[in-house]
Amino acid sequence: MTSEAAESAEEVGAVAPAADPGFLQRHGGTIEYVLIPGAALAGALVVFGIFVMLSGKNPLDLYFYMYYGAFGTWFSWQNTLTRAAPLILTALCTALPAQLGMVIIGGEGALLIGALSATGAALALQGMPPLLVQIAMVITGVIGGGLWITLAGALRQYRGVNETISSLLLVYIALAILNHLVEGMMRDPASLNKPSTREIGAANMIGSIPGTDVHWGLVFGLIAAIAAYILIYHTVFGFAARVAGGNIRAAKIVGLGVSKLILTICFLAGGAAGLAGMVEVAAVQGRTNANLAAGYGFTGILVAFLARQNPLAIIPVAILLGGISASGGLLQRRLGLPDASVLVLQGIIFVFVLASDALYGRIGFLRGKS
Amino acid sequence: MADGSIGLWTVPLAVLGGAIRVSTPFLFVSLGECITERSGRINLGLEGTLVMGAMSAYGISYLTGSPWLGVFAAGVTGALLGALHAGICSLPRVNDVAVGIALMLFGTGLAFYLGKPLIEPTAPRLPAIDFGWWSDIPQVRAALRVNVLFLIGVALAPILYWAFRTTRWGLLIRTAGESSDAARAMGHSVLLIRLRATMVGGFLAGIGGSFLSLFYPGSWNEGLSSGQGITAVALVIFARWDPLLCLWASLAFGGAAALGPALQSVGVTSGYHLFNAAPYILTLAIMIITCSPKRTLTGAPAELSITR
Repeated sequence: MTSEAAESAEEVGAVAPAADPGFLQRHGGTIEYVLIPGAALAGALVVFGIFVMLSGKNPLDLYFYMYYGAFGTWFSWQNTLTRAAPLILTALCTALPAQLGMVIIGGEGALLIGALSATGAALALQGMPPLLVQIAMVITGVIGGGLWITLAGALRQYRGVNETISSLLLVYIALAILNHLVEGMMRDPASLNKPSTREIGAANMIGSIPGTDVHWGLVFGLIAAIAAYILIYHTVFGFAARVAGGNIRAAKIVGLGVSKLILTICFLAGGAAGLAGMVEVAAVQGRTNANLAAGYGFTGILVAFLARQNPLAIIPVAILLGGISASGGLLQRRLGLPDASVLVLQGIIFVFVLASDALYGRIGFLRGKS
Repeated sequence: MADGSIGLWTVPLAVLGGAIRVSTPFLFVSLGECITERSGRINLGLEGTLVMGAMSAYGISYLTGSPWLGVFAAGVTGALLGALHAGICSLPRVNDVAVGIALMLFGTGLAFYLGKPLIEPTAPRLPAIDFGWWSDIPQVRAALRVNVLFLIGVALAPILYWAFRTTRWGLLIRTAGESSDAARAMGHSVLLIRLRATMVGGFLAGIGGSFLSLFYPGSWNEGLSSGQGITAVALVIFARWDPLLCLWASLAFGGAAALGPALQSVGVTSGYHLFNAAPYILTLAIMIITCSPKRTLTGAPAELSITR
């Protein structure tokens, strides 16, 4: 799937010059944004294939099962999209602050806090009309997650604490809070082996998009990504954020409120990840427990970097990586690969994508220099 | 003497024991990161290096029967991951923080992948030196069972302190970290200096990982390190890139990390998870107190991207 994407992009590059000599000058940059990450993905898949070959498996089987498990059937498509939903939201948690030049990697923590707050709201409002409960869950989830990342942003702005490290430390603190509440105050006495909160109730679950098994969280994710794109590229606020991200001194000189920008962006970023937590509770788990720390927050970082921090590009990339994680089960069953193989592949992709940053602006024919 | 008769003294004793036992990985990772950061680069991937080190040490110790070979293998694994980090970072326009995050995920994933068959078997552990032989109280003896790696780490801190100040290598690393132009003008390759500094840093972090799997807690599983690596990276920042302060900070952290289990052993079970988060809360608190938006941190290498 990915190598196909890269090939088709290459064809565009090869065919176009004959048709229109000015084409590359105008669109070379855009083609680069597809071609280079595509090539990085293809390279990562090749390296992962070699890695798997070393453990005695056939890499062609690997590629086939990965494709089959991710996009081969309607069933696998649904599985992929279900996993893509939280990834879109957690990727926004990294991509939005990146517009300001901040590297936030604490999406997992905001997801957990969002899930906890949403669960708390649902349990407090038991017996109310489901729509009201769901709206309350969305609001509390967004606020919970939002405040969590705002904390990292505020520490950076007012105390000069590095936001990358503080946001990651906050992940571990969030996990401790979750475990503390789930095994203490919020514990359902009936959950013996796996301490959990009480269930939010079947009526309050957000359910599936009609005709599919994909839950409404995907729609939340799509709306959030599109809204983020409009905010960043088509509003004055987003313009100010990008100015501040490009040159903070210039932003201060022209009188932009940098503190306000940082805090608002961090709140929105954390809110997106908190919404992912709410979705996982209200559409998948039905309650809060340690299962929620499934690594969506960390994969979201990779999605954001692969999408070059562009909110719209996050959507296809999240589907792609959702597909990779959806195929994990099949790889485990058919090829006997450990469940961590998905993590290894993600790591390799991440390394390749970052190394490919060196290529931008260096591919001669895309600059019309041939 | 009966167990219970020392009562609440168990807690400070366990914290002291923890300061010695739990601090070792913090110590090695922070000393390693100290070298890397002094050369002007930050390696956030040491969390992954720590886990890879723990896995490879356990695996080699199991296969060869020699825990010391395991420690060495962990160091070599760490150095290789360090070389990978430095290699990617030496490409133009590649951000070292992002590469660190990538290697954190990559190292952890690879360790879980390769370490799957190692969860069941038992590997030979590192021996301990019994400094508590003079005491009859089992808790005191437990607290003073010290591993050689800890002693090596404690010795390493002043050696590094001295090396940074007086040796040729120490000066070169600091020059690369303060001004890459100056290092280049002297005819040295900054990339090469940073490659070596990152590899040495990875080597030490890998050894820190071997301590986790071969001494305390002393087994390999996927929950072995939860953020010790990244905590140690943060620790370097408030230790002001000073190896001696790294030592004291690591001891404080070990004590904080031992607080949860210590309180649990005397029956304080509520808030267990919160006490377990003590090192992270402590890190954050110290960073809040010691950082300031108005001035650059004293002692920060000028080329370091994270302190801009």
